[in-house]
Amino acid sequence: MNDKNMIITGLIIFCIIIIFPFLYNLGSTAPPPEPVLSEKAKAAGECIAPKEVIRAEHMEILGQWRYSVVRNAKRIYKASNGKEYNMSLSSGENSCIGCHTNKAEFCDKCHNYASVEPYCWDCHIEPKERN
Amino acid sequence: MESSKRRFLKVAGLSAAGIAAFPAIKGFTSSGEKHSDATTPKIYKNPDALMAKRWAMVIDMRKLESEEQVEPIIEACHKIHNVPHIPTKHHEIKWIWATEYKHAFPSLGHKHIGKKLNHLPFLVLCNHCEDPPCVRACPTQATFKREDGIVLMDFHRCIGCRFCMAACPYGSRSFNFQDPRTFLKETDNKFPTRMKGVVEKCNFCAERLAQGKPPACVEASDGAIVFGDLDDSNSDVCKLLESNHSIRRKEGLGTGPSVFYIL
Repeated sequence: MNDKNMIITGLIIFCIIIIFPFLYNLGSTAPPPEPVLSEKAKAAGECIAPKEVIRAEHMEILGQWRYSVVRNAKRIYKASNGKEYNMSLSSGENSCIGCHTNKAEFCDKCHNYASVEPYCWDCHIEPKERN
Repeated sequence: MESSKRRFLKVAGLSAAGIAAFPAIKGFTSSGEKHSDATTPKIYKNPDALMAKRWAMVIDMRKLESEEQVEPIIEACHKIHNVPHIPTKHHEIKWIWATEYKHAFPSLGHKHIGKKLNHLPFLVLCNHCEDPPCVRACPTQATFKREDGIVLMDFHRCIGCRFCMAACPYGSRSFNFQDPRTFLKETDNKFPTRMKGVVEKCNFCAERLAQGKPPACVEASDGAIVFGDLDDSNSDVCKLLESNHSIRRKEGLGTGPSVFYIL
């Protein structure tokens, strides 16, 4: 028990090192970003599903659309609001990006915050590259 | 003892019957709920889309005699599908291209075939085989045969293993060794590009058929390429094949190409 002081000092230093990152970042958390709607999307007023559903499930929906379009050649989506949409991420006026024209403000903002890197735009042509 | 064994069997039997019947009852009630919901989203095909039981193409070589005639056809395809022009031979990407008779029909050639035939620019592309070897080889089902006979690729699923390229006897597939975007001066927004590490090939313009348009090469060919349903005896394709002698590439392999040539 002669090393009591040494052990306690060591424990305190250890705790400080462990807690330091949390203390350091305390109060400086970035607020979660709000996606900005394009003028066209604002004017439309509604998407293919309610906002909450889109927010939580857009990746699954896109995956289902991809399957339907590529494998079954079914390319038209009649949403529960009765409107027809072109089941495409990036082609044409009636596609996702045809309405949400501001990829940086709409897609990237949240994806960057959540640190997810979907590979959609490795192949699909993003709006800013368009003429 | 007798009565308790009897009771045990009764309970066990009833429980087993209950467990067996449960999924059926559950399925019945939940399907009933679905029917009552009239606003469920629906997914369907464009009513204007061109449909067939088995799409086929007839290339009439009597109408394609020079490189100048063939080039705009290739250009039309490669432009709308964002196919890059890569000068390095080993890295080039091709959906449709011109080749000589001896390469297109190696088993049908002989040295007295004649100059004219030898120098015709034969347009070759994916044959959309009836029994496609590439589909069998693909380990991820990225390549598959659609109901209408089109052999399609889901580029999202391709892992770039190139088994399909080894399996295809026609060399119809190209691999993206580099990012194709660096070789594209301009892109068509209506069709995606590909990424590095993905195989690609002709898709019989599935995206145009869905809009009710014929394939781009057919449109650009000025009648030299005819497209239609092989299962419909009244289609242009069937009528042409009925009245002319036609050949297919590497017939002996049994892949059953959907692209026919009239010499």
